[in-house]
Amino acid sequence: MKNIGSKLIAWIDERYDLTPVRNLLEHKKVPVHKHSIWYYMGGVTLFLFMIQLFTGILLLLYYRPGEDSAYESVRFIVTNVKFGWLIRNVHSWSANLLVLFAFIHMFSVFFSKAYEKPRELTWVTGFIILIFTLAFGFSGYLLPWNELAFFATKVGTDIVGVIPIIGEPLKVFLRGGEDVTGATLSRFFGIHVAVLPAIFTFFLALHLLFIQRQGMHEPEHFKNLPEEKKKYIPFFPDFALKDLLLWVVVFNVLIFLALYFPWELGNKADAFTPAPAGIRPEWYFMFMFQSLKLLPAHIIFIEGELLGILFFGVAGFVWMLIPYIKIKNKPNWKIQPLALIGIIIVSFIVVMTVLGYLL
Amino acid sequence: MQIDRRKFLNILLGIGGIGGVLAIIYPVLSFLNPPKSAEPKVNSVKAGLNNDFPANSSKIIKFGRQPVILIKTEDNQLKALSASCTHLDCIVQYRQDTKQIWCACHNGTYDLNGRNISGPPPKPLEEYEVKVVKDEIVITKAG
Ligand code: HEM
Ligand code: FES
Repeated sequence: MKNIGSKLIAWIDERYDLTPVRNLLEHKKVPVHKHSIWYYMGGVTLFLFMIQLFTGILLLLYYRPGEDSAYESVRFIVTNVKFGWLIRNVHSWSANLLVLFAFIHMFSVFFSKAYEKPRELTWVTGFIILIFTLAFGFSGYLLPWNELAFFATKVGTDIVGVIPIIGEPLKVFLRGGEDVTGATLSRFFGIHVAVLPAIFTFFLALHLLFIQRQGMHEPEHFKNLPEEKKKYIPFFPDFALKDLLLWVVVFNVLIFLALYFPWELGNKADAFTPAPAGIRPEWYFMFMFQSLKLLPAHIIFIEGELLGILFFGVAGFVWMLIPYIKIKNKPNWKIQPLALIGIIIVSFIVVMTVLGYLL
Repeated sequence: MQIDRRKFLNILLGIGGIGGVLAIIYPVLSFLNPPKSAEPKVNSVKAGLNNDFPANSSKIIKFGRQPVILIKTEDNQLKALSASCTHLDCIVQYRQDTKQIWCACHNGTYDLNGRNISGPPPKPLEEYEVKVVKDEIVITKAG
């Protein structure tokens, strides 16, 4: 067996020269220090995305978009198709864990300042991936065509309409018409299963390429250690195996959630019934939704909602460009200004999310 | 002379190139913009028999593609209002307990004349005319 394997590799090596791959596997190393755990968060996110691809493609075999078929086909998947309920639950749960780990990954990179030169573009591509992840979630939410998703999409797309000049055309573009109808569903379906996977994969490839080229970031306290005190483990096989172990753990958590907390399908959407109580977006949009809700209708002469949206737009954009913004360290401050900004942002998101579920 | 000729050709190519790109972008953008579906011209709809419609209740009527909420108050008055919340487009409902119109999405309320009285809705609900012709309820667009 081993012989066949090495023969195959030799065969490929002779023709395509595998030196770069061999170099990477032999020389790539990962620093070991008290914050090493955060190196694993990106890997978990990647693993969950692969699960999305796999389960998403399976769902596609039975899912049928359309006002008269979407809800029915999802019901068919969860009641008639063997293990259909499991695949759907895994897809829904994994989507949520994916967003969660993407956020954890992003903030760990932020607090360890791993985005600094030369890794600016790794940060920017990572942020773009996160935005597309949210777009995956928003478009996927509508696909089962149930009441909750229908009204959440109505609200989510109507908000876009408050942006001056481009808002209204953008809303019509997203909805495929004036209202949320079967046309919206068709669009969201195409976006969810074709447009986003393609763009997402492109930026993900870039993101991973940058990481491979530059190796792992070493935090300040590690870099300042004397050379002989710096501990590393080889990427292959040590780090890769630890990665794998964590993936197995996450996979088990995912299956546990999918088995014991099934995703509800709810009632079919009907454009002519009142919105039921308890309409809310997915949890990862809650902090924005809640902030918009708390804003007064008018601030001076601008609509509160418009101001809120502009605020989040600008804040997101600045956040994406963080590696290019220089913030001076204050030697005599206990917490550095940048860390303080991060803490304020995380607290804001957490508080607003909690308020969203309490109020 | 040589240079001028090269410049001229470059400009020509540039214009041609931009034209080519526009000739691709324009049809694609137009394709993305959904066609206006022929709005069925609806001026009035029948909404069932007055006798079958109990007091202190409501139903949603399809007025063409627009949802309209028809309410019979406790004192048997009929009211018809647009059912699309003026805040972010959810569909409102009549609350039998508070005798008000309520939007579940962000807790907006309107009185029975459609006036926004609390919560985020910025404008009142549009009113429709209601008539009863031989016990048949007929809703028509006001004005
Ligand atoms: C190429 C990748 C993907 C494909 C082909 C795919 C496909 C699908 C399909 C066909 C559905 C409808 C079936 C159903 O609702 O159970 C669906 C639903 C959904 N997808 Fe995906 N998906 C992919 C990736 C993602 C990603 C990355 C996310 C996450 C952020 C995501 C989030 C969702 C959500 C939230 C739903 C609604 C789940 C539900 O309520 O059932 N999908 N997806
Ligand atoms: S959509 Fe009715 S209150 Fe927001």
